[in-house]
Amino acid sequence: MALNNFCLVCGGTGCESSKADDIFKNLRTAVEAHGLTGQVQVVKTGCFGFCEKGPIVKILPDESFYVEVKPEDAEKIVAEHLVKGRPVKELLYKTADQVTAKTEEDIQFYQKQIRIVLRNCGIINPEDVQEYIARDGYLGLEKVLFEMTPQQVIDEVKKSGLRGRGGAGYPTWLKWTNTSKTPADQRYVICNADEGDPGAYMDRSTLEGDPHSVLEAMTIAGYAQGATKGFIYIRAEYPLAIHRLEVAMKQSREMGLMGKNILGSGFDFDIEIRLGAGAFVCGEETALIQSIEGKRGMPVPKPPFPSVSGLWGKPTSINNVETYANIPVIITKGGDWFASIGTATSKGTKVFALTGAINNSGLVEVPMGTTLREIVYDIGGGIKGGKAFKAVQSGGPSGGVLPAASLDTPIDYESLTKIGSMMGSGGLIVLCESDCIVDVVKFYLDFSVEESCGKCAPCRIGGRKLLNILDKITKGKGTLEDLATMEQIGFAMQRASLCMLGGTTPNPILSTIKFFREEYLEHIEQKKCRAGKCKDLVTYTVIADKCIGCTVCARKCPVNCISGERKAPHVIDQSKCIKCGACFDACKFGAILVS
Amino acid sequence: MSVITKDKTATEFSSTLVQFIEEWKDKPGSLIMILHRLQQEFGFLPRPAIIQLSQMLQLPLAKIYGVVTFYHYFKLTKPGRNNIQVCMGTACYLKGGEDIIHELENLLGIHLNQVSDDGEFSFESVRCVGCCGLAPVAVCGTEVFGKLVPDKLPEVLAKLKSN
Repeated sequence: MALNNFCLVCGGTGCESSKADDIFKNLRTAVEAHGLTGQVQVVKTGCFGFCEKGPIVKILPDESFYVEVKPEDAEKIVAEHLVKGRPVKELLYKTADQVTAKTEEDIQFYQKQIRIVLRNCGIINPEDVQEYIARDGYLGLEKVLFEMTPQQVIDEVKKSGLRGRGGAGYPTWLKWTNTSKTPADQRYVICNADEGDPGAYMDRSTLEGDPHSVLEAMTIAGYAQGATKGFIYIRAEYPLAIHRLEVAMKQSREMGLMGKNILGSGFDFDIEIRLGAGAFVCGEETALIQSIEGKRGMPVPKPPFPSVSGLWGKPTSINNVETYANIPVIITKGGDWFASIGTATSKGTKVFALTGAINNSGLVEVPMGTTLREIVYDIGGGIKGGKAFKAVQSGGPSGGVLPAASLDTPIDYESLTKIGSMMGSGGLIVLCESDCIVDVVKFYLDFSVEESCGKCAPCRIGGRKLLNILDKITKGKGTLEDLATMEQIGFAMQRASLCMLGGTTPNPILSTIKFFREEYLEHIEQKKCRAGKCKDLVTYTVIADKCIGCTVCARKCPVNCISGERKAPHVIDQSKCIKCGACFDACKFGAILVS
Repeated sequence: MSVITKDKTATEFSSTLVQFIEEWKDKPGSLIMILHRLQQEFGFLPRPAIIQLSQMLQLPLAKIYGVVTFYHYFKLTKPGRNNIQVCMGTACYLKGGEDIIHELENLLGIHLNQVSDDGEFSFESVRCVGCCGLAPVAVCGTEVFGKLVPDKLPEVLAKLKSN
């Protein structure tokens, strides 16, 4: 009997942790119970991207898109939709104006997206190589091995204009050329999957949803550069991605797509997984190489560049997961096709992990040149809870914080650098009026200082100094000179640090001093934090006129510092108050004043 | 990955562990992979185990400690039976990750990176676990608790304790 329907269940880490696995099992059981075995196939796929509304279940062929599904909904989906052909209305997505969206196309979140990197995520079962092949998988590898010379492969990548998606934007073809031109008996290709940016999970989702695309691309890269060995350096914190990669590698070896004499072409290539161990600096290529060699992951000065002397002294090219995921498509559809998407200097698409104070947080892939405004308002659906937009942070701890005035900036490498941020690996964090700029910057500095490997003085000492000053400002003890000092230290770090971690650590500070100076001044001169996040600058008091004496705040207070008779105004004991804000959140009458 | 597979004295290496080490030890740059496997076995890296490893690999103890102390993922002290990892990635931080940590401190009577007296619980703050859509998030073993609020924590702790 032919299959009539497919049930696709999102199996990304986000949905998986919201019981997607139970949904998957329940769907299978229900399909069996209704006698539909052989007519309906239940598949666990990679991330759909719309994490805000997960777990997601999609029914093919009619493409019904169910959101926030619970394990107990499985029975209804099978009984109503698959047996009777009636979509379960209450599980369909509702747009902002309460219109029921039937398929992905009706959902604004997806409308401006173009999916190249994520082409298979949420469509195929990542643990089945046949499904990847059915979507033109390994077609590029076959073409490369039998129809193209290594130089032709590099030329095609050059034509595409693809640049490194790890953040710096180095032309991929140039990196490959440099590696292939260095005479050597052995060369290596490495996939950098050490995605350490807080608030970024593009690479994890790509590997979880479409591991074969990266394996295929690495093999193509190996062929183009004359390398026979590849390494994937991946965070140990991504167990699901590691598992899916292992499954995929086993399958491709069995099918002769990896290993000795691939597809009978005479080309040998194999890949090994190496685990990171929680060091952000290992995203830097020379530090990453040290780590694969089993050492402390500390950067070394460049030159020599890895393309000349990399892993174990051999020419090595390191590309990011997202960069690789583009390669098979560039080969099958051609460099010209790829170059037709994007802007003059930045081609193709970019995947962003959109999070923070936004309605639709999730994974989005947009063509280069899309504006931040389109991402925040059209795709992201605007700010959560109707609050006012404050800023958008791109590039994680290495990037900058951009104000509303930058919202119309088209996203490409040059434009973002020009306004003091950077593309980064793809974390995009939206801040609203209730976030404090100084506090957020302090969070990033804290991260960078913690992650500094301590090898070079500008990063080790400069970062610590900057953090101390920020701490002073958030405690209301900052001075105006502090701003100038921070700029001075920041410029020195940008110039003198050994690697990009130190060189970019001051970016969040420098961009906010430029765009949000008034917030710093408020903290320094008026000892005021308008968002109420800097605890030392906030006091909570009860407005006697508004307090009805319901005692809710007194019961919520974790340190019991609120007292008062029932039905009489309460009082907060300032000497004991820890400024947690629990009373403010608990009060239904607006009787707690934050000042 | 940090699930404790067995509780036993540190000096005993299981046969599968020994096999893993033998398989990897001659590969270049294998130390970190072996340390991961060792930590998987014991839940942390006990000193006697590191000493034994240094003999097996013919590597100076100082070199192994040099690597172990560089990486956050490797632990030198024994975590609680339930080690709760509170995500402090940007999204979780902005949505109140710190409040979760404070409430855990209140409820468990221990600070970050400490173990409760009965050995049941320990908790740490970790880098982005990549479930930003569910922020704020805490992870314990393979279980992920998303969209947490301090009020939900007693329930989470009770559930973990009964496991």
